[in-house]
Amino acid sequence: MEPAGLRTALRIWVAVVLVLLFTPILLIIVYAFGPSVVQTWPLRGFTWHWFAVAWHDPAVRQAFLLSVKVGVLAAGVALVLGSALSYALHNFRFFGREGVSFLLVLPIALPGVITGVALNNVFGFTNIQLGVLTIVIGHSTFCIVIVYNNLIARLRRTPRSLGEASMDLGARGWQTQLYVMFPLVATALVSGALLAFALSFDEVIVTVFTAGANFTLPLWIFGQLRLGQQLPEVNAVVTIVILLTIVPVLLAARLAGAGAVTRSGAAAVAAADAAG
Amino acid sequence: MGVTTSAGAATAAPARPAPDGPWSRISAVLWRRPWARATLLLTPPLAWFVLIYIASLAVLLITAFWTINPFTTNIMRTWNVSNFTTILGTAAYRTIILRTVGMAAGVTVVDAIIAVPFAYYMARIARPRTRTVLFVCVLLPLWASYLAKVFAWLLIFTHDGVLNWALGKMGIGPLNLIYSNTAVFIVFCYIWLPYMVIPVYAALERIPASQIEASQDLGGRTLRTVRSVILPLALPGIVAGSIFTFSLTLGDYITPILIGGGNSTLIGNVIDSNVVYNLPLAAAMATVPIAIMACYLLAARALGASREI
Repeated sequence: MEPAGLRTALRIWVAVVLVLLFTPILLIIVYAFGPSVVQTWPLRGFTWHWFAVAWHDPAVRQAFLLSVKVGVLAAGVALVLGSALSYALHNFRFFGREGVSFLLVLPIALPGVITGVALNNVFGFTNIQLGVLTIVIGHSTFCIVIVYNNLIARLRRTPRSLGEASMDLGARGWQTQLYVMFPLVATALVSGALLAFALSFDEVIVTVFTAGANFTLPLWIFGQLRLGQQLPEVNAVVTIVILLTIVPVLLAARLAGAGAVTRSGAAAVAAADAAG
Repeated sequence: MGVTTSAGAATAAPARPAPDGPWSRISAVLWRRPWARATLLLTPPLAWFVLIYIASLAVLLITAFWTINPFTTNIMRTWNVSNFTTILGTAAYRTIILRTVGMAAGVTVVDAIIAVPFAYYMARIARPRTRTVLFVCVLLPLWASYLAKVFAWLLIFTHDGVLNWALGKMGIGPLNLIYSNTAVFIVFCYIWLPYMVIPVYAALERIPASQIEASQDLGGRTLRTVRSVILPLALPGIVAGSIFTFSLTLGDYITPILIGGGNSTLIGNVIDSNVVYNLPLAAAMATVPIAIMACYLLAARALGASREI
């Protein structure tokens, strides 16, 4: 279809972009094994030392545990509320439906700093102590949207006739939901929850405004980078964070198809439409 | 006869409750009243969303019209527009707004130029297997920790970093890119690129092969086909991607701090640094990205990208 020259040019373009995309990420992982305290290139030697330092650092452990806790809670809230939303918007036509789906775009279309400062403002006025609860509330705003997008994409691809067949065969409404519809969307729910966790685990822009004196892992990393302290240890922590965020994403990709794992969640709908 | 068959099928269904158990009755009542089901499903998430997110945005907009007492830094709840006159009347703030919008627009254009050929290869040339591999190759950097990516560029741009080492090997003098607008720009282009590739890919993949063949049958050469068929059909994808590249750049303050080091202040930094001592000013500054994104979303809707958003 395309001339051979154009194909070759495109192939080279893709290769160059891939190299550019992966070089910084691989670099940070390589740096984590460098022995020097001062961050210079090229590295002189190889060591696991900084991983051991990070492992034994109580501040890192505490931050890690807080991040896991927040991620699980935010993913849980998002799972419940996001799936209720997608069921309602998929199955019912009501006044203001378009408006609701437009509102759901806002947490991802408006910059995170707006969400952060708006929530910080309200927590200040209402004297709510900044802590785990407020971080979870902040993360839920966009985690709900990702669960919603994942599930509604799946619901759109699931033929209504399956539910109708179940009802025709005598199943009651709740039986149809539990034994027919739920198994069909279960992987989309799991992948939505995994993505919500990964999103929360890595979030820093909103967290800065909702964490108060608490440190999630990204906040700890940001603090160290800002002060330029303990950078070799940061390398090791960041390498672990990369691996920990990639695992749920790859799992979600296996469960729901790669098209569903776009971070915005938004393009997922488009990708799913295109696929099915 | 129909009745007996359906009763038989229902008996065969697993875990069937007593015919008139409470569950069946609730289920039947809800089934007959779709509005009741819709209300039950919609109330909790909408209440959460409106009471927390939308209400916070509304309060933020109101706060923008209050001021602080300069001596006590307490918020004074008297309505006025002094924050907005301060922002529009201060040359430094005007420069920051223009720099941020310019940077967001520039990042969007560069990412679109990089993404379109890449996504075209993925969608229309690569075999299905390669396509999946490429998709995952875009997803991994998309999800890899944001701070890790910023830190990586810090290590690349820094004075004794990888870039200057590589330039030194080639016999070109060291570049002092770290703590400059250029460095911040490059990092933004890098971090948001996958957000552009994926929607453009989705749009290109949807183009039926017959439309491209039709263009060629009508005598359109490669360039003409790209210009008249492929780009117009890719546009909704580019617009959808640009919403993310634009919005994410518009509100970021982490990269300017770490890579720009105070030489590259953006709107997000003004908001971030005023939150503690002058919240009304931070709120007023926050209305700038809200207004810009509102216009952007309306324009995108008009262009027909709303399905992709």
